[in-house]
Amino acid sequence: MSSITHALGDGAVVAKRNLIKIKRVPEILIWTLLSPIMFVLMFAYVFGSSIEIPGVDYREFLMAGIFTQTVIFGSTFTGVGMAEDMTKGVIDRFRSLPMTRSSVLIGRTASDILYNLISIVMMTLTGLVVGWRIHTSVPEALGGFLLLLVFAYSFSWIMAYIGLLVPSVEVINNASFMVIFPLTFIADTFVPSQNLPTVLRVFAEWNPVSALARGVRQLFGNLPEGLPVSQAWSLQHPVLYTLIWVVVILAIFIPLSTRQYKRAASR
Amino acid sequence: MGNIIEASGLTKRYGDVVALDGLDLTVPEGTVLGLLGPNGAGKTTAVRVLTTLLQPDGGTATVAGIDVIDDPEEVRKLIGLSGQYAAVDEYLTGYENLDMVGRLYRMGKRPSQVRARELLEQFDLSDAGDRPVKTYSGGMRRRLDLAAALVAKPKVLFLDEPTTGLDPGSRTTMWDVIRGLVRGGTTLLMTTQYLEEADRLADDIVVIDRGKAIARGRSDELKAQVGGERIEVVVAAEADMPVAREALAAVAVGEVLVDDHNRKVTAPVTDGPSSLMAALRRLDEERIAVLDVGLRRPTLDDVFLTLTGHAAERAAPDTADDGKTKPKTQTTQNAKELVR
Repeated sequence: MSSITHALGDGAVVAKRNLIKIKRVPEILIWTLLSPIMFVLMFAYVFGSSIEIPGVDYREFLMAGIFTQTVIFGSTFTGVGMAEDMTKGVIDRFRSLPMTRSSVLIGRTASDILYNLISIVMMTLTGLVVGWRIHTSVPEALGGFLLLLVFAYSFSWIMAYIGLLVPSVEVINNASFMVIFPLTFIADTFVPSQNLPTVLRVFAEWNPVSALARGVRQLFGNLPEGLPVSQAWSLQHPVLYTLIWVVVILAIFIPLSTRQYKRAASR
Repeated sequence: MGNIIEASGLTKRYGDVVALDGLDLTVPEGTVLGLLGPNGAGKTTAVRVLTTLLQPDGGTATVAGIDVIDDPEEVRKLIGLSGQYAAVDEYLTGYENLDMVGRLYRMGKRPSQVRARELLEQFDLSDAGDRPVKTYSGGMRRRLDLAAALVAKPKVLFLDEPTTGLDPGSRTTMWDVIRGLVRGGTTLLMTTQYLEEADRLADDIVVIDRGKAIARGRSDELKAQVGGERIEVVVAAEADMPVAREALAAVAVGEVLVDDHNRKVTAPVTDGPSSLMAALRRLDEERIAVLDVGLRRPTLDDVFLTLTGHAAERAAPDTADDGKTKPKTQTTQNAKELVR
């Protein structure tokens, strides 16, 4: 067997182990189920009632933003999971086994896709209840969900790296909060970025989170006619721009995290 | 029989702390080597180097002829390691833990499952096998950890302080388990700070202090280095200590040790019973009130004291060997819950 098959096989064993934990600690799952519901309801009724964009159904506009922010926050799980693993004894077992070094990371990032999948399902259902609709074909809609998952997956690798760098659950929670909040707010997530001051607007235009939100809106048919259109290339080609980011992030953070894992593992 | 573990001149520093200072080790196939030393002596560091978890700064080491630095992957296929802290996943059941390890050794699905059940049986964990490890006692976790080290029937087994932190009952059970393995012909390198443990389980003992081997031999050979039996006398009044010392010096063959704090005087002697009688007669003549008196064989504690000049137990028992702190068991925190 080639080394890639080995890595994937070992990764599957590790992923299975992570999933068993969800079964044993169902509380985790309950929060994963409930928080997206709360999120959709809160934004839809609090922001949705007071923010008005001319010619735009704000709730329709909002959903892609909520999807985007939620899956990005979901990747924090990966960082926390890695940090927890590193402080637990079982990592010593993994290190002494003839398994592929990167498979702990592969397994962790893979099993965390499930969390995001669950929260996407919950958000979709709640969204439909509050009046949001998808106006495109099934393949396009699936494309939108896939884009969210793929981007979240690449973000998981960044968080895995941070989790290995600072193996403390508290630090990761705070650090990710500090990074993810600006990243998801200075973007096209909740309000169109056209009205922002220049510096923030340029940041928002090239922020991959904006592209992701816009790409998802496009694929769901949630881009209303009246919305001002940005001339930035990134927002003219949001799906392509998002996928470029996915590739770049993976190309940087898979080797970086693997190296950091080896380093942390041989202390 | 050849040496299955060979290490020479191993060095490792952590900043200013020298963990290994030119350690040499050999373990013949099918034997048990006890690596004995106090906390901070470099025992765990030595095991981590030999099990490929740690790169040494200098020196060479081979396991079954394979270089641990050049070919760690191959070495990992041959060894089993059970550490100071049970390296098992507490959310998984005992069975799931063993099966996971089997699959990571790339055993097939069926063989891995069969082996997991077999080991649970062997380690008296069958009843608890389908319960999450969270519910296990310390002794059960250690047994499961040891079982996990044996999944792939390793040629060489490394046990790092296998009974540290266990209650006396679990310790005895663990000793029986280890003895059983050794009878089966497994080569074993174990570290311990319990002198009695090395005495009971190991064929050969290497005494290690400050990263260096300072003595090697069979248990009885090491004891021979420090002479025969010892007379221990505890006197009632501190004022009597000098006189008691004189009295014992008269029958002693070596240096008489005085422990003022415990009002205890210890003297090595050659002919135990008659020396003891002679010592008692002298103490009686001097009218010294004696609280306790005894004749005992030398322990490895004595060996250690004689070889290093300091007592074996010096650091806090919870500090790991290489200065790293014990892995924290953190309560699971739900990230999403906190950030949203």
